[in-house]
Amino acid sequence: MEPILKARGLYKRYGRVTALNNCDFELYPGEILAVIGDNGAGKSTLIKAVSGAVQPDEGHIWLDGHEIAFKNPIEARAAGIETVYQTLAMSPALSITDNMFMGRELRKPGIMGTVFRKLDRARMEAFAREKLNDLGLMTIQNINQAVETLSGGQRQGVAVARAAAFGSKVVILDEPTAALGVKESRRVLELIRDVRSRGIPIILISHNMPHVFEVADRIHIHRLGSRLCVVKPQDYSMSDAVAFMTGAKLPEGVTEVA
Amino acid sequence: MSNDAKSVSGTYEAGLKGATETVAEFHDDTGALKRLQHWLHQTPSAVPLIVLMVALAVFGLAADNFFKASTLSTILQQIAIVGILGCAQALVVLTAGIDLSVGAIAVFCSVIMGFVGITGITISMPDFISAYLPFLEFSVLFKLPPALAVAFGLLCGLLMGATNGWLIARMGLPPFIVTLGTWQILLAANFIFSANETIRSSDVDATAPILGFWGGDLTFYGTPRAPEGVEQSAMETVAITTNAMAGSGVKVLYAVFLMIALVAIMAYVLRHTAWGRHVYATGDDPVAAELAGVPTKKVLIQVYALAGLFCAIAGWVMIGRFGSVSPTASTGQLGNIQSITAVVIGGISLFGGRGSIVGMFFGALIVGVFEMGLRLVGTDPQWTFFLIGVLIIFAVAVDQWIRKVSG
Repeated sequence: MEPILKARGLYKRYGRVTALNNCDFELYPGEILAVIGDNGAGKSTLIKAVSGAVQPDEGHIWLDGHEIAFKNPIEARAAGIETVYQTLAMSPALSITDNMFMGRELRKPGIMGTVFRKLDRARMEAFAREKLNDLGLMTIQNINQAVETLSGGQRQGVAVARAAAFGSKVVILDEPTAALGVKESRRVLELIRDVRSRGIPIILISHNMPHVFEVADRIHIHRLGSRLCVVKPQDYSMSDAVAFMTGAKLPEGVTEVA
Repeated sequence: MSNDAKSVSGTYEAGLKGATETVAEFHDDTGALKRLQHWLHQTPSAVPLIVLMVALAVFGLAADNFFKASTLSTILQQIAIVGILGCAQALVVLTAGIDLSVGAIAVFCSVIMGFVGITGITISMPDFISAYLPFLEFSVLFKLPPALAVAFGLLCGLLMGATNGWLIARMGLPPFIVTLGTWQILLAANFIFSANETIRSSDVDATAPILGFWGGDLTFYGTPRAPEGVEQSAMETVAITTNAMAGSGVKVLYAVFLMIALVAIMAYVLRHTAWGRHVYATGDDPVAAELAGVPTKKVLIQVYALAGLFCAIAGWVMIGRFGSVSPTASTGQLGNIQSITAVVIGGISLFGGRGSIVGMFFGALIVGVFEMGLRLVGTDPQWTFFLIGVLIIFAVAVDQWIRKVSG
């Protein structure tokens, strides 16, 4: 099967620090790929290179077989790659609807939209409500309440719903459960599975091994700026994975690169 | 999934057994205070509106002649310029910035309109250059027809604002410092440009009436001035006239209509267009807005440029209100404080992203009502400033409380 997202030989240097060192990457259609790695291993840089937030110094990235080089996250979004950042990237004082449509608002049809630039609130609200419903994130009585009045899990839910609603090709989740309690983490993991069941592949960056082993189809282990190996969660234990990513143990058939 | 994963997730989340499965439920807090907080959170202009209503009621009882149409129209007339400057300030404050140069831009633009449109301004090579390089010497009189002079002045205001915005967005300088600098620069440039001269009101009326346009008025139920050869006593009271006898009827300046129109337009733009939502998002959390796809730098430059344009409009209105074109108009110094006062009392958060322009309008009205009401009651005028100071602190305290709505 052809990967939907593929990267070969990525390099990214910040001064003397090499964040990406000849890094490869593949994401296949319909899968949840977890990316794990030690702090400073370069997994964030890898993800940012894919989502357009940083530009690699060398290397190539293909989306659906076409080579791409995003200059900013907005271009990546336009190509169908949605990212849920750890900070969620939401405006706390604005409503759920406003946040879901930030940067891609719908305007009224006809002269009200073209000349007076009037927003089509009814359509945006209906869409937002529908998307939240799709992910079982109801019962929201007031779709216009400010995001800051929501709990951490609810905010995460809205952010995931936004990504799932607009991410036609790939959804990237950066530490989606890091700030959540046990109960809310559970809900978000279900959300992730719901998104996959819609056929959208997901890249999940997480430090939480139980979460990774629970939802991931494959695990990309990142070490010292490049991909050490890709494992299936059923073939290895969590302790193995942690040993690989910290360098305590080497996976079969791999010799330490650095 | 694998046995490994199952067994692990089985143990570490064992404590979840029996826990409720519902997560994203949105239940209303039942406490009255909490509900009030939520309501104010969604309706930021409610606080100034309530204060305004209370002030109107108190002064209406305390001063017999307060609720007269002419008193109310005078209040509107006195806040016209502050209201327009407040539109500019409100936009900037919504992006978590501050514009200390609004008064300076307004005065400088009114002077530019006046000098370019009426007397003309001589542009020549400075002496210290032409003394050494005589072939560079030149001198031209820059003068435009009055209507074009107004357009030129508005353009200058737009560019001054855009310069503020560029320094803030592209150079990353703090708005307070940038506009503190441009305030001084523009005010000084204003004195140098005008050589500290005032254009008299008679010159404005004679050569460029369009400059004083906003000083004109509609009078409701007034008596028109008698035309040549007709006795004034023969004139009858009419519903609306533009040419009323002084002291007859209720006079509403064009400037008041302009202010209300600008507030209404900006309220629409901020609430019902994507650009308006982007202004809020930029002020609320610029990093989040940028990641969500809002071109925050562009929005900032546009906001400051638009604020500059509003200031230039206020400068044009000043010519009509004061009659003359004066580089020493007090607006250059007081305009900043007055506009910031209106914005803060109007419930717009200085931390950005919260509040509405209608609130600013109520804030400006509150100041006007206090000034007029206390004068009619006959107290020391210092009480006005005393009470406005109290209101400012009250408004910011309420803002802080509303911001804790999620807590």
